[in-house]
Amino acid sequence: MSGGTEVPVRVTKVTPVAERIKRFRFERLDGKPMPYFSGGAHIIVSMHDDGHVRRNAYSLMSPPHDCAAYEISVLHVEDSRGGSTFMHERVKEGDELKVSYPVNLFQPDWRARKHLLIAGGIGITPFIAMMEQFTREGANFELHYAVRTRDRGAYWKELAERYGSQRIKIYCDAEGITMPLGRLLDSQPLGTHLYVCGPSGMIDGVLRAGIEAGWPEQNLHSERFLSSLPGKPFTVELVRSGKTVRVGHHESMLEAIEAAGVDASFLCRGGACGQCETGVVTCDGKLLHHDVYLNDEEKAAGRKVMICVSRFEGKTLHLDL
Amino acid sequence: MLVAGIKSRPVYKGLTIEPHAKRHIFALEGEGATALIDQKPAFDETILSRSEILYVACGSKGKGHDTALLGLGTDVFWTAPTIATLLFRLKGLLATAHMGIRLYIAGTEGFIGQAMTVGLEHGMDYASIITEHRGSLARRVQCVHCKGITDDVTASPFTCSHCGLTLLVRDHYSRRLGAFQGVNIDAEDRGSAPDPEELFL
Repeated sequence: MSGGTEVPVRVTKVTPVAERIKRFRFERLDGKPMPYFSGGAHIIVSMHDDGHVRRNAYSLMSPPHDCAAYEISVLHVEDSRGGSTFMHERVKEGDELKVSYPVNLFQPDWRARKHLLIAGGIGITPFIAMMEQFTREGANFELHYAVRTRDRGAYWKELAERYGSQRIKIYCDAEGITMPLGRLLDSQPLGTHLYVCGPSGMIDGVLRAGIEAGWPEQNLHSERFLSSLPGKPFTVELVRSGKTVRVGHHESMLEAIEAAGVDASFLCRGGACGQCETGVVTCDGKLLHHDVYLNDEEKAAGRKVMICVSRFEGKTLHLDL
Repeated sequence: MLVAGIKSRPVYKGLTIEPHAKRHIFALEGEGATALIDQKPAFDETILSRSEILYVACGSKGKGHDTALLGLGTDVFWTAPTIATLLFRLKGLLATAHMGIRLYIAGTEGFIGQAMTVGLEHGMDYASIITEHRGSLARRVQCVHCKGITDDVTASPFTCSHCGLTLLVRDHYSRRLGAFQGVNIDAEDRGSAPDPEELFL
């Protein structure tokens, strides 16, 4: 499989964490330790849903030095394409699943003098592992965590207890407490790196505020939980394998291509890493680029497409696959 | 004679003012002053009130760059007697600085390298420091054998000012030291080195 080696695991624990959020613990079937990872890494969980394979990326939140098991948290997305519903409704303790080796596309910059972490909602998960690692390395960090309501926010209480109120700041929408972003950005010592993970609008806002506060782009890091958006079904021709693939309403191109038995390369399945970049041979219609990997020029040129999140509207699309 | 085409060779993109910066620190040496003076049309009241110039004249003494820099009307203008003094002040400044500050460096490569090292030591990202090369092409070179550093090297091969070996100057560059690498060229057969060429005037 092109997403890296898969490891068969057993679900050894399922814990309800907050409203619509569950934590899952995976241990290897062969009893061996899981591979080491670094804070910010994610895995791809493969789910076999009645002959249909779903693959979703989830940030690892267990301590990076602890190879006994991997833990992830899953938010039951309101208009889920199926993955989070499957995890919430079908996966039980004792089940077997496959997970990929970890990949880190949200690596902390270890040269930083200080790490400023900004999380929104379920975007907290990569930071939980990062903070474990920062603590072990003696690195200076601070977490600013925005939640809609206290009961929908995961882990805020545990984190505040573990790291103290100096390092962990909680902002609750329902209580009318908003993050003082401008003040935060202006008061950081030189050499601070900022990391933001959460809803897309929040990430855009924080990155924009960072640039406007005079921060160099090199010090601003983000990770988005993108999923492929539903859309009109369409057909794609794969010129090298000679196959015609129908992409359904709720399916991504990558999923449809995999289901057709063609091995396509991927790592994040979220439009961020660039691994699934595919050449467009002919395109009579409009490519709907939903990724954050290609720049505007490349998107306009229409010669490449990230098949994990992008879609197509029009007559014919031929891909180099 | 030069060993060229090495990736670590720095590239200086040229001075441009970062409009969102809360504070602009200009570290200028010699002809580097002209890199900032050329930016004069880009200055407005806000940028000037946030700008601080640290200037060391070195080879540009008597050319009046200090008067021209003072004439820009920045918030702070300070001249240093030596590069070492300028770097000391820069260190003090960055030690208490906040994010939003930008560092601009212009002058000879040896100066850019040393001022850049101060920025890196204070946690600034290499790519976020804005640089422009002006003035002599003279290089700061470290002898790989005795580790001694010689400033203002204009020829290759040259004689190490510390250990006396004949050194070939390579494009191999150390960010940590802010210096190019000099390697003994006649190790097997002393005295067989080619005549020095003035490559870095």
